[in-house]
Amino acid sequence: MTDVLEIRDLHVSVEGTEILRGVNLTLKRGETHALMGPNGSGKSTLGLVIMGHPGYEVTSGDMLLNGESLLELGPDERARRGLFLAFQRPVAIPGVRLADFLRHATTNVRSPERKEGEELMPMREFRAELREKMGELKMDTEFARRYVNDGFSGGEMKRAEILQLAMLQPKFAVLDETDSGLDADAVRLASRSIADIGREKMGLLIITHHDKLLEHNPPDFTHVILGGRIVETGGVELAQELHSRGYERIRREHPDANEANRSMEEAESGQAIGSA
Amino acid sequence: MDMSTTTAGISFDAAGLERFIETRGEPAAVSQARREAWAAFEAMEWPDRRQEDWIRTDLRLFHLDRFQLGASGEQVPSDASVLSTGVDLGGQVRSIDGHGVAATLDPALAAKGVIYLPLEQAVVEHPELVAKYFQQQAFDVGRDRFAALHAAFWTGGAFLYVPRGVVVERPLHLLSGISGGCDLSHTLVVLEPGAEATVLAEYLSPTLEASGLHCGGIELLVGAGAHLRFVNLQDWGRNVWHFAHQKAVVDRDASLQWTIGAMGARLAKVNQHVELVGPGANCQVNGVMFTEGRQHLAYHTLQHHAAPSCRSDFLYKAALQDQSRTVWQGMIKVDQGAQKTDGYQRNDNLLLSEQARADSIPGLEIEADDVRCTHGSTSGRVDEELIFYARSRGFTRREAIRAIVIGFFQQVFDRITIESVREALGESIARRVREFH
Ligand SMILES: Nc1ncnc2c1ncn2[C@@H]1O[C@H](COP(=O)(O)OP(=O)(O)OP(=O)(O)O)[C@@H](O)[C@H]1O
Ligand SMILES: [Mg+2]
Repeated sequence: MTDVLEIRDLHVSVEGTEILRGVNLTLKRGETHALMGPNGSGKSTLGLVIMGHPGYEVTSGDMLLNGESLLELGPDERARRGLFLAFQRPVAIPGVRLADFLRHATTNVRSPERKEGEELMPMREFRAELREKMGELKMDTEFARRYVNDGFSGGEMKRAEILQLAMLQPKFAVLDETDSGLDADAVRLASRSIADIGREKMGLLIITHHDKLLEHNPPDFTHVILGGRIVETGGVELAQELHSRGYERIRREHPDANEANRSMEEAESGQAIGSA
Repeated sequence: MDMSTTTAGISFDAAGLERFIETRGEPAAVSQARREAWAAFEAMEWPDRRQEDWIRTDLRLFHLDRFQLGASGEQVPSDASVLSTGVDLGGQVRSIDGHGVAATLDPALAAKGVIYLPLEQAVVEHPELVAKYFQQQAFDVGRDRFAALHAAFWTGGAFLYVPRGVVVERPLHLLSGISGGCDLSHTLVVLEPGAEATVLAEYLSPTLEASGLHCGGIELLVGAGAHLRFVNLQDWGRNVWHFAHQKAVVDRDASLQWTIGAMGARLAKVNQHVELVGPGANCQVNGVMFTEGRQHLAYHTLQHHAAPSCRSDFLYKAALQDQSRTVWQGMIKVDQGAQKTDGYQRNDNLLLSEQARADSIPGLEIEADDVRCTHGSTSGRVDEELIFYARSRGFTRREAIRAIVIGFFQQVFDRITIESVREALGESIARRVREFH
């Protein structure tokens, strides 16, 4: 049976403000979906909520993995059931080496029943695998000795996210702007790597503002999110249209969602000023 | 050595001191110094919170008359040591409640003139050598009542003497245990010019709940061109009172790496003082503190540059759980003639609960004009975004917090050049970190 991730009429709020207003999406393992939408439309929020970020409140609707609701599961339990999120903005964990972090993560994800304090996967085996994966991503193995995301450049962070994807081999992965901050060569490499790692074996939800990633990973479905709702779903041609012509048509044809998105964009710019 | 000396039931007063002295068989001068120290004790009051140094530390529940010297209860099991496990030692001195219980030293080191003995044995066997250094440069009997009490009743601890140019490769271990009683141990380390040694000093109780009193002294005398690595892990039971005066004097072109792990005790008040007395002297201090429950740990550090062209670099990191509290008060003092001083001090605190509290008070007192002195401190809570990131990779919440806490200390661990010590500290901390919400 094919694994299925289902999002049903999902409503999500932060501090009383509704951000997702009824998202529906069904992702099967082996499929690639593109999620596109203007800034502030709720793309990252959806990724974080799928992963169980405690700052977002699911006010109604459900998320199901093979029919089992994710709502009561913590982020670690979701990871250990095969979900993955490549963060738009990964955070640094000073003092924790990427290699040590990944060995622990890989062990937990591959042995979902592992209890705290039980053995991690053998060092030799882990190292060999890490070296191989880093080689494929053209990453220097020295890089794994650095502290997780600490002082990484924008591009290095994204590559580290892809490395984690490669090591953890989830069933479903949300890639949130994993192509941004990468130079042209790196985008090409990343796109190809993601195709190698994931396309057949995973269900991919790719959030992107660029077309390179989708060129190498042509989506089976393209979803357009506006004002916290998926307003259109199409095939690869929809992604191409949005890339060449932007969101004009979408905004015009979905005035309510557009209005909602405008107020979210305002809130976002207010927030940016407030936190600056 | 006579291991059966008993001092059971000796109280901390003038009559107690005389009874105590009778059991010691020490040179008269040593006994005389004890009596003078007791007189100094009687001439002083207990510190109270009106004094600058004690504003943040409440002593009202401390009552000296509840403690007596002597009567050892359970033994601290020797496998409780975390610093010596798996380490090839050059020698070891162990004492429980102030009684020496074992002393060993590699005969090859003894043949080179190295002395490593319980201090009480050393004052009898090497009276002149000990007298030359003991409480001469690095201990101020009149500093406060705890210093005077210690000087009057000290018992336990060790004397390490490394002659000129002798290199002690393997670490020397010092284990002091308290099991319900008192430890007034005094540790005196003397490195003659060009000597080198590593000392792993460990304070342990048989149980987590153990009570007791430590009123100790440490003197580290690092001669010209000598190199000392001194590690002190304080892991007393959670009902032990810990008062300590610790001082190092570092001479020309000598170096001291002093690593401190502070995890135990109910209340700790430590004065740590490093005096750089010869040009080119270098001291690095690495402090790792972890507190929980209602523990209160107060560290007062003084890095005193008395000579030009010296370096001092103090880094203290603390993680606090539950309602515990730390106080770190650091001072860089630079004398008028100490040009080209390079002084650094830093204290970072990680709060693991809403109720924990860390006070950080750095200070500078500089009388020379051509110096570089920097200091800083930070305090903050564990960031929930970091916890979420690690959990999204399959770490449980507690594993995530542990990784973040160990990572927080990594900067200090990276400076510690003894691998077994790094690991021991990391493991001790990881064991203690609990989940919190
Ligand atoms: N933790 C939060 N607190 C307050 N507002 C939030 C929070 N997270 C998201 N929002 C708001 O929700 C809206 C959607 O944000 P989200 O990050 O999901 O957008 P996005 O589609 O990923 O945008 P971008 O393309 O710029 O990455 C924005 O208005 C944002 O300000
Ligand atoms: Mg986003």
